[in-house]
Amino acid sequence: MKKTGAQIVCESLIQEGVDVMFGFPGGYILPFYDTLPQYPQLRHILVRHEQCAAHAADGYARATGKVGVCVATSGPGATNLVTGIANAYLDSVPIVAFTGQAPRPFIGKDAFQEIDITGITLPITKHSYLATDTVTLAATIKEAFYIARTGRPGPVLIDLPRDVQMDQAEFIYPDRVDLPGYKIPTRGHPTQLKSAAKLINEAQRPLIIAGRGVIISGASEDLKKFAETAQIPVVTTLLGIGCFPEDHVLSYQMAGMHGAGYANKAIDNTDLLIAIGMRFDDRVTGKISGFAPNAKIIHIDLDPAEIGKNVRVDVPIVGDVKAVLQAMHKMIESRQHVDWIKQLDEWRQQHPLTDIREGAELLPQYIIRQLYEATGGKAIVVTGVGQHQMWTAQYYWFNEPNCFISSGGLGTMGFGMPAAMGAKVGRPDKVVWCIDGDGSLQMTIQEMATLVQDNIAIKIAVMNNGFLGMVRQWQELFYGKRYVATPLSCPDFVKVAEAYCIAGLRVTRREEVMPAIERAMAHDGPFLIDFMVEPEENVYPMVPPGASVAEFIEHPEKEVSTWPRRSTP
Amino acid sequence: MATTKHTLVAIVQDKPGVLNRVVSLFRRRGFNIDSIAVGHSEVPHLSRVTIVVNGTTATVEQVRKQLDKLIDVVKVFDITAEKITGRELALVKVKASSTTRSEIIEIADIFRANIVDVASDSLTIEITGDEDKIESLLKLLRGFGIKEIARTGRVAMVRGNLGAMLPEEKATRSRARRQA
Repeated sequence: MKKTGAQIVCESLIQEGVDVMFGFPGGYILPFYDTLPQYPQLRHILVRHEQCAAHAADGYARATGKVGVCVATSGPGATNLVTGIANAYLDSVPIVAFTGQAPRPFIGKDAFQEIDITGITLPITKHSYLATDTVTLAATIKEAFYIARTGRPGPVLIDLPRDVQMDQAEFIYPDRVDLPGYKIPTRGHPTQLKSAAKLINEAQRPLIIAGRGVIISGASEDLKKFAETAQIPVVTTLLGIGCFPEDHVLSYQMAGMHGAGYANKAIDNTDLLIAIGMRFDDRVTGKISGFAPNAKIIHIDLDPAEIGKNVRVDVPIVGDVKAVLQAMHKMIESRQHVDWIKQLDEWRQQHPLTDIREGAELLPQYIIRQLYEATGGKAIVVTGVGQHQMWTAQYYWFNEPNCFISSGGLGTMGFGMPAAMGAKVGRPDKVVWCIDGDGSLQMTIQEMATLVQDNIAIKIAVMNNGFLGMVRQWQELFYGKRYVATPLSCPDFVKVAEAYCIAGLRVTRREEVMPAIERAMAHDGPFLIDFMVEPEENVYPMVPPGASVAEFIEHPEKEVSTWPRRSTP
Repeated sequence: MATTKHTLVAIVQDKPGVLNRVVSLFRRRGFNIDSIAVGHSEVPHLSRVTIVVNGTTATVEQVRKQLDKLIDVVKVFDITAEKITGRELALVKVKASSTTRSEIIEIADIFRANIVDVASDSLTIEITGDEDKIESLLKLLRGFGIKEIARTGRVAMVRGNLGAMLPEEKATRSRARRQA
């Protein structure tokens, strides 16, 4: 029996194992929406702005490792997705975005809500389709999901003209894709593996820098085995957080602009940097000429175009991180690097990351540490972008992959709440905290309505400092303390939450922090805590722009208390 | 680092928007295309794009890799280092009076170019060759007054029995050797 294009989309989604999508309807996507009631197994969550549909699909994908799906109508619906798609593109997150489109005869005629969305998203999608025929629609969707989730994952967009949704065709879901131009490297080149193993076995001060590629490849266990066998210390990028347990004795936490001082010193002094599933973003390298100046570099990545893009590489290995680590594990020798690790531990003593000043002020660092304690480090934590994001990366230690969800490449303010929403929908078994800033939260605050309508029980912690804090910090440090356009008046977030029927609390003192967190966790449903934090607190350490990572600056006042270090059982 | 002209050949799927994807990528990565020529290849549904681009070896290599990532690009190779036959076609409309016409025809003959159109005050010349040959002819014709030029951009092919696939395989092998 023939099916409509809209039915074919639904049938295909089911074939791909999709059970939830985030979207917002409109004229040219209506045939699809009209079909949804026939497929009750497809849950649709109505967002309040399409950007949040893409972010929610992104958060869902990162939390579950599955492909996230978002839907929007043509024109403004489609253009509102753009930020979310770009975000997923830069962080290699598999999402498939469906957009409605004017009927085929109207395309290119500037018809109402007709916009060239495949053209607009060309540089920010892994691939995109304008579906021109109902007959080939199923094959297109099959390809889109295949491309989104395989290789280096990324967003794929399918533009669906209204008449393609309404035309009829036989539904045959292909069992394979025909993509002669799509190559996925798997195993690394044997010669390169051999050279790499030789360097690793000879290195005196080796260091692993691990990125999101490890998480995508599901190679956390392999990385752990690898690092333990050769006793190689591990630092991560921002998006690599959680790919290696942060309380492991070999973990030296995050490196880069706001990375640990000791992690950056490790990069500065290593004689062999093993970069795994990361792409040498400028936020992690600092000044390129001063990056790992004493080191040979082994770069393991799935994407050949990342090799040699930003830094010179001595041994490039193009392949799936998991396969490469497994192959190399057989080639490396069990080693000790006693002096090197002793040196790193000394630096850790001298430049501790997780210090919190004593005193009465309500410090965001203190709150995040309390959140870590209260959740036993086991929550999924989603952040917006700004100071609170960096403090979360520093003060909440993650021991499992897919638990720290943050906008890295694009640095999208407003990512927090919608992504947390998607994460919670994907992982209802997990406690999901959204740590957000007052600036970041206000960019997507309307999603509180979605939380209530679909009873998505995320917990929101607002680090409310009345500033666009990260920009203010730059103004303080590099623009003569001229606070232009960064002081921020905020609504009463607790009242806003209340207006959306979300329970909330305001916290102004340290002793109120833990009880508030406990109350939020005990509450059945979404909960917001408005933490009135120290307004001009800065994120340290910081590598100033244009400096090399070893030239980080630390908090001007010397910290007093040290967060005791945990050891691996 | 010194920039040189590179000839890239991309075999792409003959689908709507493919050329846009290829060209957009150059724009996105900040490259200027010297010339681009597109046409059908020996395989149905596959087109061949010849792109001449100026850049350092490292940056052109980056563009080659980025091109290779496009789903619709089946393969792409830099044939700059190979022995290649590179040709371009140009149509040149040049001013010609009864006094200069025979001189222009003589020049065209030397270049083995064809006169494809004659009008009372102009001649249109068709020339095929590498860029140098076309430039030399244009230099000579400038004195007469050039009214219009249309050039195709370079199409190129590796000499000998080798098909398109082989230079790429060779390049991959030599890259692997270099890296090892």
